[in-house]
Order: sequence, then C-alpha cells, then structure tokens
Amino acid sequence: MRRILPAVPIVIALIAAPPAAAAGAGEAAPAFALQTAAGDTVSLERLRGKVVYVDFWASWCGPCRRSFPWMNEMHRKYGGKGLAIVAVNVDKKRADAERFLAQVPAEFTIVYDMPGTTPAAYAVKGMPSSYLIDAAGRIVAVEQGFRDERAAELEAQVRTMIGAK
Amino acid sequence: MKATALLLLLCAFAGCATFDPPKPWEKGQLAKPEMQFDPDRLETRMNQHVYTSKEGASGGDAIGGGGCGCN
Repeated sequence: MRRILPAVPIVIALIAAPPAAAAGAGEAAPAFALQTAAGDTVSLERLRGKVVYVDFWASWCGPCRRSFPWMNEMHRKYGGKGLAIVAVNVDKKRADAERFLAQVPAEFTIVYDMPGTTPAAYAVKGMPSSYLIDAAGRIVAVEQGFRDERAAELEAQVRTMIGAK
Repeated sequence: MKATALLLLLCAFAGCATFDPPKPWEKGQLAKPEMQFDPDRLETRMNQHVYTSKEGASGGDAIGGGGCGCN
C-alpha cells in the first residue's frame, strides 16, 4: 500500500478533467470564421468596428424558436446602424436547421458550425446563449436562454453600445 | 504485485474520464420527443389526475406528503 501512495496524485490528475475556460464579459471574444448556407465566410475579425450579437441556436431548442422573431426585429431596427447579428447553428444535421428556418425565417446572418468548435471556444453553458460583443471585439454581456422580459433590457444595451461607438 | 495491479486498474479507470457528459450544444438527440420519460404529457397528466382522485391522494403520486385527500 505504501508503495502505491505516491502514484495516487498522478492518477487523480489523470482523472480530473481540466476546467474549461469560459468566455465571460470583459474578455476578448474568441475568433471564428464560419460559413453561411450560400458558402460565404463570416468571421468575427471582419465584423470589427460593429457591435456583434452572436447567438448559438439549434433546431431542437425551444427558446431559440422564440428568440428568432426578436432577433429579426433587432436586425430590422439596428442592422443598418452598426449592429451585426450572427446566429451560429450547432445542429448535427443541416436538414434539421433548414426545416427550422422554413418555419421561423431569419433575416439576419446564419452560419453553421456542425463540429461545435465555436460553442466550445465560447464555453456555452446553455441553449440558446448570446454574446454581445463591442466594436473592439470584447464581450460586453452574456445572455443565457431567451426570456421575453429580458428583451427590452438587451435592446437598451444594444442601443447604448451603438450610440457610444 | 497487488499494488501494481491496483495501480494498473486505477490507470485503466482514468480512461473513463474521457467520457464527458454531452455539452449543452450536443443535446440534440436528448431533446427528441422519443427520449422523454413521458411518451404523451397530456395522457400522463390525465392518468395522474384519475389516480390521485381514486386514491384520494392529492399530491401522493409524485411529491412528498399528500394522501390526505384534501384537494
């Protein structure tokens, strides 16, 4: 027994998974370059100078369905005024996402990340998750889930960020 | 000898650490209707209603307490 005791910490170190670095408010937003359905690449770097609202969604996620009309409204109101909405789809099957979009049309940019590297980089904790990123590429706010009562507050934040730019 | 065997076993278990639970964005399969405990939510509610009425056991179906018949 005495002989294996020194090995115990090593085994524990092997078992314990390293904690995932979360992308929180105040930190630099992890870069991404993802493709739209048309094949265009949307990268966060190229959106620098704009306020970016990155939303992670999936066809199987109920609140995502309710967030789309709101994001459409935001796009209509502020799309031309310095806000870019990028909704990252994390479905494993593209057909599922297309069926969702046929039911809930989106006017903003939709990109696809089937392997899920972007949500992993952002350490998404729930679906949907949204990240409000300022013109300098810094995360200002993280929103988990979509609740109608939070929509007004989010809109006010977007408005001040566009005005402050 | 025994110690080595135990250490080897522990190392083998370390392999289990790679089986992470699915991440929030990987729960597409789990979100399917056929993955739910209730095949039909309305039917389950109906059955529970009949059961608790017959037994006089309001709340006695799932949550703690109940069974007093006071509805």
